[in-house]
Amino acid sequence: MYVAVKGGEAAIANAHKMLADRRRGDRSLPSITVEQIVEQLALAVDRVMAEASLYAPDLAALAVKQARGDMIEAIFLLRAYRTTLPRFGASQPVETGEMIAERRVSATYKDLPGGQVLGPTFDYTHRLLDPALAGDEAVETAPARDSEGEPLTRVADILAQEDLIERAFTGDSAEMPREPSGDLTREPMEFPMARDLRLQALARGDEGFLLALGYSTQRGYGRTHPFAGEIRIGEVEVEMDVPELGFAVSLGRIRVTECQMVNQFAGSAKLPPQFTRGYGLVFGQSERKAMAMALVDRSLRAGELGEDRVAPAQDEEFVISHADNVQATGFVEHLKLPHYVDFQAELDLVRRMRAEFEVRQSRDHDTQEAAE
Amino acid sequence: MSDARLSTLAVSGGFSDPVFEAQAVFRALMDVTARPGTVHTLPAGVAPPAPLGQGPGAVALALCDPDTPVWLDRDIDSESVRAWLSFQCGAPLAQGPERSAFAFVKGETMPDMADFASGTQEYPDRSTTLVVEVEALDGGAALRLEGPGIDGQRRIAPRGLPATFMTQRAANRALFPRGVDVVLVAGLCMMALPRSTVVSHVNEPEAG
Amino acid sequence: MAKAETAGGSEQGLKRLMDVLAASPGDEIDACAEALGSLPEAAPVRGPEIGLVMVRGRIGGDGAPFNLGEAAVTRATVRLASGAVGHAYALGQDRAKARLSAVLAAMWSEGARRTDIEAQVLAPLAAARAEEVSRVKREAAATRVDFFTMVRGDD
Repeated sequence: MYVAVKGGEAAIANAHKMLADRRRGDRSLPSITVEQIVEQLALAVDRVMAEASLYAPDLAALAVKQARGDMIEAIFLLRAYRTTLPRFGASQPVETGEMIAERRVSATYKDLPGGQVLGPTFDYTHRLLDPALAGDEAVETAPARDSEGEPLTRVADILAQEDLIERAFTGDSAEMPREPSGDLTREPMEFPMARDLRLQALARGDEGFLLALGYSTQRGYGRTHPFAGEIRIGEVEVEMDVPELGFAVSLGRIRVTECQMVNQFAGSAKLPPQFTRGYGLVFGQSERKAMAMALVDRSLRAGELGEDRVAPAQDEEFVISHADNVQATGFVEHLKLPHYVDFQAELDLVRRMRAEFEVRQSRDHDTQEAAE
Repeated sequence: MSDARLSTLAVSGGFSDPVFEAQAVFRALMDVTARPGTVHTLPAGVAPPAPLGQGPGAVALALCDPDTPVWLDRDIDSESVRAWLSFQCGAPLAQGPERSAFAFVKGETMPDMADFASGTQEYPDRSTTLVVEVEALDGGAALRLEGPGIDGQRRIAPRGLPATFMTQRAANRALFPRGVDVVLVAGLCMMALPRSTVVSHVNEPEAG
Repeated sequence: MAKAETAGGSEQGLKRLMDVLAASPGDEIDACAEALGSLPEAAPVRGPEIGLVMVRGRIGGDGAPFNLGEAAVTRATVRLASGAVGHAYALGQDRAKARLSAVLAAMWSEGARRTDIEAQVLAPLAAARAEEVSRVKREAAATRVDFFTMVRGDD
């Protein structure tokens, strides 16, 4: 028998009011503004945009405020908002080679053209808490110097001159740029999955999950011998073909982080020894996520490159099915919802098994006594 | 041509109140599909460029978007129809009828239904919805409809279907659950023959 | 609209205007548009409306396209009394900016005030954008590492 239970409307309404109260906190303090979050918690905003898979800084900041700083809740809010909007179309692929870069470093070549540009990095800070930041001291503007305007050559292009790195990945259909890429927000997931779909899933995947998987490959669970060939952070132009105009226009620029991992590869029956590539591209400024994504992208290519699939990071279905933190939190957190009826059934079952167990025990005991 | 694209033609004749008008068309489509053979009237107000009719134009605006490749038959295709669909719904043109989500055709000259996408066994929904412009929804040969959404039988007599329509329809029915769905439009009047509906000539014995 | 206005050469000009408007903040466009005096009446054809554009990247930065994620975009289309039509597309959720940009694009296509728009709107906004890019490049250049080698030992 199933008995429907109603009630709790007043409790729910009051719980939401309590949430609003706690979110606002001490009323003697000014309410934080969305603009402040966009400007001063920019990397939190970036993470929400990346994992919500929606580039919209103001909305991401509002989500952070509404979620009281709970990142996955904020990502959930932005994902939900996204579903209310129509899609106008798809952009042309962004050209990261023409990025207006704030940062570009390579761990493989010290003197590559364009040089090592550190940008606004946490690296080389001493990770000492800075009491000065607790106040509101004036901060000087960033120093500037004339740039030589040297183009930032890609590391892959340098290695390509010696033919020591795999060529651009064009997939199975080399000359089909008009063919639409797979889109996991439109079609159900199927495995095995093409690399374009995997990258889409990883780009919106949970940073912590990808970080742990990337780390696991370094600790020996599916080694890929990686070098950070190049990392760049900056703005790229988003251009879209507008059919009513008949030409492409720019929609403006977005900030992205790109990581090219260069991985040593001993070769296979079909391929000569060379360097292979793992790729990471993420909305906003997030070097950690882009690097982890590149490690995992390379690991997931094990099958394509004829390597044994032995580690979790090489298991496409495992990685892609568990990378999405909105899906994950939905399924984990649903356990707190009422399961009263399920549990009653479970309770009856355990009582019955316990009774049978006790009967069996006393029977065994009797048999034993009789034997003695 | 960019002047054709920019022409006033492409940017006019759409819904003046997109949300409510699209909902009204969608509601009418839902009703005719749920009760195959019944006729509903589409809201007037849409003015697509020739040769796309007013009724099919309204259906296109309600259903098509950038995710639905559209195929236009020769008799419906024109530079201005393409520009209009592109601006009004952002729908791309399908590479061929078998890759279309929606196809717009004229009754007498429509290609064989087998030329369109019939979906897969796993995803029978990945099929073409065929919007057929006919002369009228009455005055033609009497047809009998049976199947889901019909209490017993229903009779229709659309005018302007190709001679082979019944053979095509039988072949389409044999694919079930795969197959194309058909919407017949005459002016602003519309009826649907979803793939689940069995169509037979009234002078033939009852369908099995 | 006059057909002559959409010939190949002016396509480049319209693209340049639309690119700069998309990249510029709404209040800056407002300020520039004020210098043009009163703007013509414009009938809305579509929008302003907020939607999504799927942003694509390339696998490996140079390979086949893949879907990176969506961006919020606002677009608008307006028509002037002359029949000239203007479109606007820009990242963000600024409806007023999209509408004004579409009006400016329509005026540009109309042709009569093209020189005014180029001088009062396009030139100052393009200069402001170029200055921003140059500042970022100069700030980044200040963080470029100048390696030097330390020689140790006598030989």
